[in-house]
Amino acid sequence: MTARSVQPRSPGRREFLKATVAVGGGLALEFSFPFAAEAAKGAPATEVNAWVVIHPDDRVVIRIARSEMGQGTYTALAQLVAEELDADWNKVSAEFASPNEHVRRNRIWGSMSTGGSQGVRGSHDYVRKAGAAAREMLVAAAAAQWKVPASECAADKGVITHGPTKRRLRYGQVAAAAAKIEPPRDVKLRDPKDWKIAGKPVRRLDIPDKVLGKPVFGTDVALPGMLHASVAQCPVFGGKVKSVDSAAAEAMRGVKKVVRADDFVAVIADSWWRANQALKAVKVEWDPGQFGNASDATITAMFREGLADPKIAEAKKAGDASGALAGAAKVLEAEYSSQYLNHATMEPQVCTAWIKPDGFVEVWTSTQNGEASLAAAAETAGVPQEKAEVHKMMLGGGFGRRGGPQDFVKLGVKVAMAMPGTPVKLMWSREEDMRHGYYRPASLVKMRAGLDAQGKVVAFEAKIACPSILAVLMPQALRNNVDFAAVRTLNDMPYEIPNQRVDYAMRNGHVPVGFWRAPGQQNGVYRECFLDELAQAAGKDPLEFRLAMLKAGDKNRLVLEAAARAAGWGTPTPPGVGRGLAVVEGFGSYAAGVAEVSVDSKGALKVLRYVVAIDSGNVVNPDTCQAQAESNAVYGLSALFNGNTVKDGRIRESNFHDFPLPTMADMPKVELVLVPTGGFWGGHGEPGILPFQAAVLNAVFALTGKRLRRLPIRPEDLRKA
Amino acid sequence: MLKLTVNGRIHSVDVEPEMPLLWVLRDHLNLPGTKYGCGISECGACTVHVDGEAVRSCRMKAGDAVGKKVVTIEGLGKPGLHKLQKAWIEHEVPQCGYCQTGMIMAAAALLAKKPRPSDADIDEAMTNLCRCGTYARVKKAIQAVAAPVATVSPRKS
Repeated sequence: MTARSVQPRSPGRREFLKATVAVGGGLALEFSFPFAAEAAKGAPATEVNAWVVIHPDDRVVIRIARSEMGQGTYTALAQLVAEELDADWNKVSAEFASPNEHVRRNRIWGSMSTGGSQGVRGSHDYVRKAGAAAREMLVAAAAAQWKVPASECAADKGVITHGPTKRRLRYGQVAAAAAKIEPPRDVKLRDPKDWKIAGKPVRRLDIPDKVLGKPVFGTDVALPGMLHASVAQCPVFGGKVKSVDSAAAEAMRGVKKVVRADDFVAVIADSWWRANQALKAVKVEWDPGQFGNASDATITAMFREGLADPKIAEAKKAGDASGALAGAAKVLEAEYSSQYLNHATMEPQVCTAWIKPDGFVEVWTSTQNGEASLAAAAETAGVPQEKAEVHKMMLGGGFGRRGGPQDFVKLGVKVAMAMPGTPVKLMWSREEDMRHGYYRPASLVKMRAGLDAQGKVVAFEAKIACPSILAVLMPQALRNNVDFAAVRTLNDMPYEIPNQRVDYAMRNGHVPVGFWRAPGQQNGVYRECFLDELAQAAGKDPLEFRLAMLKAGDKNRLVLEAAARAAGWGTPTPPGVGRGLAVVEGFGSYAAGVAEVSVDSKGALKVLRYVVAIDSGNVVNPDTCQAQAESNAVYGLSALFNGNTVKDGRIRESNFHDFPLPTMADMPKVELVLVPTGGFWGGHGEPGILPFQAAVLNAVFALTGKRLRRLPIRPEDLRKA
Repeated sequence: MLKLTVNGRIHSVDVEPEMPLLWVLRDHLNLPGTKYGCGISECGACTVHVDGEAVRSCRMKAGDAVGKKVVTIEGLGKPGLHKLQKAWIEHEVPQCGYCQTGMIMAAAALLAKKPRPSDADIDEAMTNLCRCGTYARVKKAIQAVAAPVATVSPRKS
C-alpha cells in the first residue's frame, strides 16, 4: 500500500508557500509542492492539459475541481480521468485545482460546486474527455518521436507501444513533447463495459493521510505567525451588536484583539482556546431585532397560515383533483411535519485568511465550492478575484453546509481584515456552529387522496408550507414563487394518478435555511408514508400497491423490486420486527429501501437492517457507493431523531448533549443492491437517504400500528400507553 | 512551564495548567491529528491515550497530564503504522475522516484491554461520533485486528 499524499497547491504562489511552510519546525503544513521541488531539481512536471500533470518519473497527478467531504469524488473523478488516459493507477495521485487559476484560466475546470450528488454526474463527460485528449497527445508525441503514424501506437498503463516494432515509451518520457501538441478537437470515450480503472472498487486516494492524522482539514491549517479566532454572532438571526465591554477579555493571556462588528464579536489570540475563553469573558449586549420573539409556535402558525392562503402558488395541476376527491369512495387526509435541522459536520466551520501587505487575500478553508469561496473572499476584502486565492482543504463533513452561503469565508476574511498582514484562523465553537447554521427547512405538509371503490388512487393533493432555500441562495431560480427543492417528490411523482394538485406556500421565517443532504428529502418521507396509509386503507400490500401505479419499465419499479427481493419482502419477519419500504428518485438516481425495525418496551426504536437498491445508470466505484449507502442510513437516522427548535428567536440546541447523534450501537446493517442499467449518470451521495426514513416509519407502523407523522420522533411517540 | 511527555518526547510548554490538553497538542505542539469536535467530551474526536487509557483531551486539563505519558495519533504506530491504522486503510474505513483519528485511538485502547472484544464490547467502548456513518467499517476493522485471520482483503488497489 502506497500512501499517496494529498497535495493542496498554490499555483503562482508556490515558491512563496514553500518558503513559509518550511519554517515552524517542519510541523506546520506538511504539504508537498511537487512543482517547486521538481523545478529545483531541474526536472519539471508537465501539464499535458489542465487535468493531467505528468512527472518525468511517470507519476500522474490528476487535478480535481470538486471538493472531497468523504463522498469519494476525489477518487472517482481521478478514476474517470485515469481510465481514459490509460494511466497506471498505481502511479496516480490527485490534487485540488486552484480556484484562483480557475478564474484566471477562464473557468477551465468546469464547476467547482460540490452538491446535489453532482461530483461525478455533473462532470463525467469533460473529465473523461480531458483524460482521453491527454492520452491522444501522449500517443501522438511518441509517434512523432518514432516517425510512425499514431494509428500504429497504443497506450496501456502509462506506456505507449508501437505495434509493428514493439518499441515502448513511458508517459513521463513524452509528456513534455505531448504538451506542445495541439489538443484533439474530438475524442471518443470508452464504453463503460470496457472500463479497467473506472467501475472498479479501487482504493480511495485520500484515506492514508486521514488515518495517519496528517493535517489535511481546514482546521489543521498552521502558518508561521498565525493567530486564532473564536466568534460569537448574534444569537437571534438578524440581530445586531448593541454594546460590548471587552476590558476583561483584552487583559486575558494571549489575547491580541477583540473585533467588534455590526453583527458579531470575535476574539483573536495566540491559541484557539485562549481566544474562546476570552470571548466568553466579553460582555455583549445584543439587539435581537424584530425576531426576538420567534418560536416553534410562531413558525408553525406561519406555516398554518400558508396552508390556508387563498393565493398559495401552484406547483402542479393535472386533471381535476378537487372534483375527483369529491367523487371518491374514500378520502384520506394527513398532515406531516418536521423541524429545522443542522448539518452538524464533525469539523466546525473554519476559515484561515491572510490579508497580505500587497492586498492579496489568501484563504484556506473546508469548502464545497472553491470558486464560491474565492468570490466570497474577494468580495469581502474588496479585491478582484485575481487577487485572491483559496486553498481547498479536505472537509470534515459537508452535507450541504459548506456550499452555498460561504458565511464562514466572509466571516473569516472580515476577522483577518482586523489584523492585516497576519494569518488568522477563525474556527467556530460547536455551540456557534449548532446555532448559526443554514438549516434544513422545517416544513408542514397536508395531503389528501381519494380512492375509488376498488382501492385505486384517483386523486392526490398536497399543500406544502416551508421556507425556500432558493429564496436565500439563488432567488433567480424561483419560478412563480415555487422553489423546486421545496416541492420535489410531491409534484413529480412517478405514480400514475390521474388527478393531482400540489400547492406551495413559501414561508421563509427568520431561520436561515440551506441545502441539507438531499434537499427536499422530507417530501419523500411524507409521500411514501402517506402512500402506505393509502395502501392500508385500500387493504393492499404496500409493494403491490405501489407497483400497480408504476408503469412497466419505470426505473422506480426496477429498484423497488430489487430492494424487495433482496430484503425478502413478503417473507415472515422475526417476532418483534417490523418491515417497511419506500421508493424515491432523485439526484439522477432511483432508490428504493426496505427497513427492518424493533421497538423496545420503553419506546426506543432501533433500525436493524436497511436494504437499499440504487440505479445510478453507471457506477464508478462500487465500494464508495456502499460507503455512501451506510452514510445515508446514518444521516437518515439523525433526521429521524434530531431536530432544531426555536425559542426567543434563537436555536435552542447547542452541542451534542442536547443534539445527540446516532452512535455505533444505533447503526443498522446496510445492504446496498446496485442495479445500474447504464446509459445515464446518477449520484450516490444523496439518493440512499431518500427512501430511508419512510421505510423506517412504515416498518414502525407495520410493527406497532402507530403512524408517526411528526419528525423528529420523540421517545413518547412509541412508548406503550 | 508545564513538562508534558507526548509521543515519547518531553516538551516544556508555556501554557496555563487549566488549558485543555487538546489545545496544547493542537496549537502549541503542532499535533493537529487530534481533533476538536465538541469541547464537552461528547464526540471523542479528541481521543488520546494518557498512561494507556483513552481520554477525551478536550476535557483534560494540561496540568493533569504532567508526569503522565500522552500518546496521540501521530505517535501511535511509531515506528511505522499501528496495526489498527493498517486495518483502517485495508477496510477503507474513513469517509470525511475527521473523527477517525479519535476512533483509532479509542479502538487501540479497547484492544489493549480486551484483545478479543465482542460486538457488544465494541458498541459499548466505541461511543465516538461519526457523522458520515463509518461505524460498520470501524467495527469490521477492529474485528479484523482482533482476529487477524479475517484481515485478508479480496480487493487489490
